[in-house]
Amino acid sequence: MAATKISTTTGPARRLSLSDGVRRQADYWRVVYQRTWRASVVSSFVAPLLYVLAMGVLLGGFIEGDPKVLEGATSYFDFVVPGLIAAHAMQTAVGETTYPVMGMIKWQRIYDSMLATPLECRDLVAAHLSFVLFRLATTCGVYTLVLAPFGVYGSWWGPFAAFASQLLVGMAFAVWVYGFSTRLRSEEGYGVLFRLGVFPLFLFSGAFFPVSNLGDVGAAIARCTPLWQGVNLSRMFALDHVIWWQAGVNVAVLVVLTVVGWFWAVSGLEKRLVS
Amino acid sequence: MISARGLRKSFGDFEAVKGIDVEVRRGEAFGFLGPNGAGKSSTMRMIAAVSPVSGGELRIFGMDPAVDGPAIRGRLGVCPQEDTLDTELNVRDNLYIYGRYFGLPKTVVSERADELMEFVQLTEKAKSKVDDLSGGMKRRLTIARSLINRPELLLLDEPTTGLDPQARHVLWDRLFRLKQQGVTLVITTHYMDEAEQLCDRLVVMDKGVIVAEGSPLDLIRQHSTREVAELRFGVAEEGASHEALAEKVADLGRVEALPDRLLVYSDDGDAVIAAVHERGLRPVATLVRRSTLEDVFLRLTGRTLID
Repeated sequence: MAATKISTTTGPARRLSLSDGVRRQADYWRVVYQRTWRASVVSSFVAPLLYVLAMGVLLGGFIEGDPKVLEGATSYFDFVVPGLIAAHAMQTAVGETTYPVMGMIKWQRIYDSMLATPLECRDLVAAHLSFVLFRLATTCGVYTLVLAPFGVYGSWWGPFAAFASQLLVGMAFAVWVYGFSTRLRSEEGYGVLFRLGVFPLFLFSGAFFPVSNLGDVGAAIARCTPLWQGVNLSRMFALDHVIWWQAGVNVAVLVVLTVVGWFWAVSGLEKRLVS
Repeated sequence: MISARGLRKSFGDFEAVKGIDVEVRRGEAFGFLGPNGAGKSSTMRMIAAVSPVSGGELRIFGMDPAVDGPAIRGRLGVCPQEDTLDTELNVRDNLYIYGRYFGLPKTVVSERADELMEFVQLTEKAKSKVDDLSGGMKRRLTIARSLINRPELLLLDEPTTGLDPQARHVLWDRLFRLKQQGVTLVITTHYMDEAEQLCDRLVVMDKGVIVAEGSPLDLIRQHSTREVAELRFGVAEEGASHEALAEKVADLGRVEALPDRLLVYSDDGDAVIAAVHERGLRPVATLVRRSTLEDVFLRLTGRTLID
C-alpha cells in the first residue's frame, strides 16, 4: 500500500459567512417559535409578573425604602424589579440552551441533518444563540414595557441601557450553558446545573437583596458571579444611579465571558458531532 | 466523483478504516458491502464531508473536504442510516426548511418540495406530521429531502433497512429512476439482493479494509462457482456427522458444512447431486441454485456473528 500521508489542505477552509449561515436557518427557527410561543408565554411573561407582584408589591410593602440601604432605590419595588428582570434573563437563556440543545444533538438529531448541508457547527451555534437573543429581547422587552409606567425607571434612557445589560447577561449565560450541553451525555447533569448553579445564583446574586447583606466575604463572592454583574448593571441604569467604573467592569466581564463562551460552545459542538 | 487513496479513519486507538482505495465514476451506482463494524459508515461520513479524514487522500468532485466541505456538501445528497427528520414538522415543511439550508430561494424550494413529494408519492401526506408516517414513508421522505438540492452524488446509508418488501421495491424503483437521470449513487447495504439490484460496481469491506471489488457478476465469478448444490441429510444419516459427510463429497467441489445442510460449490450442481447418489448417500432433500452475492459475501467475511 502506498505510504499514508495526512491529507494536506491547499488553503484556508472556504466556508459560508456567519450571517449567511444564520439566515439560512431563519425559517427553521421561525417555525420553532410558531410551535412553541404559546407554551413560552407562561414561563416568559406570566411567571415573572407574578414574581413582581409577590416580591415587589406584596413583600415589598413590609420593607422600608431607604435609598442608602437599597443601592439608591426609594422603594423595594424599584429595587427588586431591575434585578428580577436580569435574573429572569439568565433563566430564559438557561432554559433555551439546556434541553433544546440536547434534543437537537441527541434526541431528534436535527443538528446531524443540518451538518449534512453546507452549514457548519459555528453556523448552528450562531443561529441557535440568535434565537436565544430573540427570546431574551421579547421577554425582557415586554417586562420593561409593562413596568415602565410604574415609575421604576429614573431616566428616559435608563430602560434602554438596562434592557441592553439584561440581554448581555442572558447571552453570557447562554454561551456557557450551551457549551455545557454539548459536553453533557445525559440530561441528568442538568439537575446539578439547576440545583447547584442556577438556583443559588438566582437567590444570592443581589436580585432580591443588596449583596452587602451577605457580609464582606459573602458579598465579595456574590460580586464575582456573572449574574451579579448583570443585576448590578440593570439596577444602576434603571435607577439612574450609575457608578461608572463599576458599570465598566460589569460590561467588560460579561463581554469577555460571552466571547470566550462562544468559542467554548462552538468547540464543544464540533467535538461532539464532527468526529 | 470520488477518489480515495489510502483513506484512513481512526477514533482514538481504534482504526475503523485502514487505508482503502476507492474510485467512483460519474453516473454509476457504487456499493459498499460489509458486516457491521466493517467501516462502511465511517467511510460514508468521510465522503459526506462531515467526518475529517485521519489519513490518506480523499477528493470529492475533485475537491478536498477539509478545505471545501461546505461546497462539497452543497452538491451532495445524504440519506443517513437513521432518519433525522424533524418529527414536529409536517412532510412539506421538512423539505422546505431543509432546502433553505442550501441557500436556495424560497420560491425554488417550494417548487422542488412539491415535485419531490410527487416523486416519492407523499403528496397526499403533505400536511401530515412525520410522527404519523409509516417507516417506509419516512424513508421516502428522507430520500426526497436528500434530493432537495438536486445533488450530483447521492449517498445512501442502508436505505431500506427495516422496510417491508413493498416499501423496498418502491424505493429501489425511485433509486433506479434517479440513476437513469444521471445521479451517481453510493450505497451501503448488507442486503445482497439490494446490492445485486442496484449496484454496477461494489466493494466488500471487512474489518476496515477492502477484501474484494468488482461488478456483482465479477465477484460471483471470482469468489464463487456458477452453481451451489444444497444437500440436506436426515438427523441420523448413517450415524455420521455433517463434517464426516462433507469429507465424503470433498472432491466434488468446495464444501461448506452448516448445521442443517451441506453446500457444495460447483459449476454443475446436477452432476454433484448425481455423484452424491452414486456414492450411496441419501440426502432427504437437494437443491441446485445459482451462486449469489450472498455466497461471495459469506465466503469473504465469514459466517461468524459480528456485533
